[in-house]
Amino acid sequence: MIHFVLLISRQGKVRLTKWYSPYTQKERTKVIRELSGMILTRGPKLCNFVEWRGYKVVYKRYASLYFCMCIDQDDNELEVLEIIHHFVEILDRYFGSVCELDLIFNFHKAYYILDEILIAGELQESSKKTVARLVAAQDSLVEAAKEEASSISNIIAQATK
Amino acid sequence: MAVVPSLMDSLFQRSIDDVIKGLRLCPPGTESIFISKSLDEIRREIKSTDPQTKATALHKLTYLHSLHSAEMSWAAFHSVELSSSAAHSYKRVAFLSASLSFNPSTTQVILLLTHQLRKDLSSANPHDVSLALSTLSAICNPDLARDLTPDVFALLASGKPFVRKKAIAAVLRVFEQYPDAVRVCFKRVVENLESDDMGILSAVVGLFCELTEKEPRSYLPLAPEFYKILVDCRNNWVLIKVIKIFAKLAPLEPRLGKRVVEPICDHMARTGAKSLAFECVRMIVTSLSEYDSAVKLAVAKLREFLLEDDPNLKYLGLQGLTIVSKTNMWAVLENKELVVKALSDVDVNIKVEALRLVMCMVSEDNVMEISRILISQALKSDPEFCNEILGHVLLTCSRNFYEVVFDFDWYVSFLGEMARIPHCRKGNEIENQLVDIGMRVKDARVQLVHIARELVIDPALLGNSFIHGVLGAAAWVSGEYIELSRNPFEIMEALLQPRTSLLTPSVRAVYIQSAFKVLTFCLSLYLKLNNGNGNVVVASSSMHRFTKESFVNLMNLVETNLGPLAGSNEVEVQERASNVLGLIKLIKLIVFGSEGDNVKGEVEASEMVKLIFDAFSEDLGPVSVNAQERVPIPDGLVLKENLGDLDDICGGDTEFSLPSSFSIVKLQKMDAAGTSDCTSKEESETLTESTSLLAEHRKRHGLYYLSSENAGTVSNDYPPAIDPKDKDADEAEDLARLTEESLVIKKKPNQARIRPVVVKLDDGEGFNVSAKKREVEGGDLISGAVQEVLLGNEATATSSSSRKRESSKKSRERNKQQHGHGKERKSQSTGKDKEHDGQGQREKPKRKSRQRGDGGALPAQSS
Repeated sequence: MIHFVLLISRQGKVRLTKWYSPYTQKERTKVIRELSGMILTRGPKLCNFVEWRGYKVVYKRYASLYFCMCIDQDDNELEVLEIIHHFVEILDRYFGSVCELDLIFNFHKAYYILDEILIAGELQESSKKTVARLVAAQDSLVEAAKEEASSISNIIAQATK
Repeated sequence: MAVVPSLMDSLFQRSIDDVIKGLRLCPPGTESIFISKSLDEIRREIKSTDPQTKATALHKLTYLHSLHSAEMSWAAFHSVELSSSAAHSYKRVAFLSASLSFNPSTTQVILLLTHQLRKDLSSANPHDVSLALSTLSAICNPDLARDLTPDVFALLASGKPFVRKKAIAAVLRVFEQYPDAVRVCFKRVVENLESDDMGILSAVVGLFCELTEKEPRSYLPLAPEFYKILVDCRNNWVLIKVIKIFAKLAPLEPRLGKRVVEPICDHMARTGAKSLAFECVRMIVTSLSEYDSAVKLAVAKLREFLLEDDPNLKYLGLQGLTIVSKTNMWAVLENKELVVKALSDVDVNIKVEALRLVMCMVSEDNVMEISRILISQALKSDPEFCNEILGHVLLTCSRNFYEVVFDFDWYVSFLGEMARIPHCRKGNEIENQLVDIGMRVKDARVQLVHIARELVIDPALLGNSFIHGVLGAAAWVSGEYIELSRNPFEIMEALLQPRTSLLTPSVRAVYIQSAFKVLTFCLSLYLKLNNGNGNVVVASSSMHRFTKESFVNLMNLVETNLGPLAGSNEVEVQERASNVLGLIKLIKLIVFGSEGDNVKGEVEASEMVKLIFDAFSEDLGPVSVNAQERVPIPDGLVLKENLGDLDDICGGDTEFSLPSSFSIVKLQKMDAAGTSDCTSKEESETLTESTSLLAEHRKRHGLYYLSSENAGTVSNDYPPAIDPKDKDADEAEDLARLTEESLVIKKKPNQARIRPVVVKLDDGEGFNVSAKKREVEGGDLISGAVQEVLLGNEATATSSSSRKRESSKKSRERNKQQHGHGKERKSQSTGKDKEHDGQGQREKPKRKSRQRGDGGALPAQSS
């Protein structure tokens, strides 16, 4: 199972973290620090797996972001590489040529997409089309709600409550 | 705090974008100030009743929490509150914050979420449902699991595939937290194995993959279903998971292995996906290692991996080989060149894997060749990897009392070679092994002495502090086995050369003690010569004539070099130097003492020297680590822990730390002396005795006196601290006693194999298996429930008929259980009534009411 997902920038800034196992806040910071140190210093031609504390961490670098996933000893690393790629492709399709800035300002959308792909640390949807469709449907719901909320009548109603 | 939202608050609330931009723009170092300011704002805003304001505040807080570690547990209640909002967007924000910040065991308001989750799980809006499911899987705890099991159960047969898939994935968490849920939900989960939708299938298979990790035996009855998927399915994700499941099941049931080996080899050969191929390979070499043909195919695949340029594949190939090496060594040997090539790869991980593999390959025949390859590799590598190699080599060769080493002459010179490698930091281990071999392997001693000589003679090595330990061992060897040396004078000169002042005091002390032994040896030879034996048995290959003149030169050399050391500040050095000097004085009596009435003194002296020499010529064997414990404590003696009493005597500033880098034997000698002291006295006397001894010792050595001239004047006419006559004899006796108790290995190379008489060592070889005991308890409970479910309804041969029977039984069971649960959820009585749900097929109605099983509206029995 996947224990956590980290997105770290080249400078070591954290862009997204999702934890599928219980980790306290202190542990989380420690983990992030350790892994950043290990992964960011690795050269480009090296293999994408590192051993860490008895687990394996699979990482892949896309532009300036490192996508890291921590898995058990038994898991298939190549499969996880595929999952990472799957995630990136979906992000790309959703944002249209995604870049780090997109993820910075739309971190919640990244979370929602991740929630469609991985649940409880396991892959749940391997079809990009389905995920795209789902997320789009959710977005349209949100949009509809927003429009309603920002209609003038509503604002007036709020202000005069 | 105003409860009514002011216009200011809602209109001018800073949005999430503002916060993000603000953080990025603020000068470095002031982020924490900015964050705490934002947190204050959020605290105010979040109390608002306006959902928009609240949502934005919560959203910002979630951001700060997940990416900047802000503390957010105080806002838990607000998450719950917001989640009850009807608008999907707010709900989304609330649930996101909940899943990111709630801790299932500590967040107290988590139970308040139950009701909301329940509502959402049965909501009409599938997105709400999926949101609830995601959240549930993130924060499930036993209470939530117990309460929401029925809802999840209903969703397992939902009409929408993506909802069902999510439900299946979420139900794993529910099972973990509340194993009884298995009884309710399992059948439905199993039904989904027949589904056509890939999403659902992969979710189910993923679920079983996780479950079989913990307790595979319970899922054996499902093997036929898995087999069908293995053979029919074309989706790689699913196949990988199914193969993993079989990897766990096959060892339990040999017939299963026989059936699956064909399809798996098939997949492995045909697939283009490396991940699938690797999974097949891994499965074959772990669980199907008896099927030679399959293993051969797998190894061929691994070879392909190793030949690729992609470092990932190379790494995985090596890992695969490591797994194979446990059962089929030939596979590794076949690919030897590739493994060795990988040793010089760019990537550290690959190198280390290759190194480990090479170590597996080591056997008696090839140890020399492999060592040669490895050393040449080590010389080319960076210090880190170089030491890694050395460490592994030392470990492997010394394993099990040098099991793999046949030619000790070669191994000893190899140790010397390793010590000289520039980056070597394994001096400790090498030192230990040199001494160990000296003690255990009699026939290697000649070569050992030779190597030791080379090490002590070389003045350049004295400057390298990493190698001092090894030099200490070399000096010890030279001294101990001096009779095997070719040129004792040379050794003496080497031991006393001026550059030895660069050594650490503990090592220097060893040098001096070895000089002592050499001196004694030469003296005894001299005495033998002098006592008129024309044909003297001079120990092997000493070529020098021991004329009186050469001997006098030797003594002068010793005196000149050690004289100043008798005034050294270091205790060990000073003491031993003084010993030697004292001996020289006595010797002078013998050598020059043919004048007059010192004949008596001369005779005594020569007897004494003989005794010393005899003491030194006792063969020292290895002492078991447990030997000390075997010394019986005599009655009436109470040994206190850690010399605590000494603190009182010495006022707490003494440090009696014996030089730890020195050989074990010396330590034992001291211990033997210590115990023999104690045993001969009563307890109270022991203390006073040692106190007075200590006081004397301190007086003599001036340990705590700053004036060095005092020490200088004192030492000149200072008798040796240890009376060589008595103590050595005692020590020798004690040692002999102790070594008898332990067992000695003598190895004769070029002859028959060892008769391993193994010394029982302490088991320092605890294997640190970092076993993740993930809810072993829960695992047992789950498997218990699963077994009940699966085996309780005896499945017949054909799955379909069993399914039908199962479904009828299931619905009856369900009835009972629903009554048993007794949770009246009349809340969603918005009349969407169900039809049959029967065999878990696609449902037309979007929702099922939970009263389905009630009141006798049973699903249509298709019998």
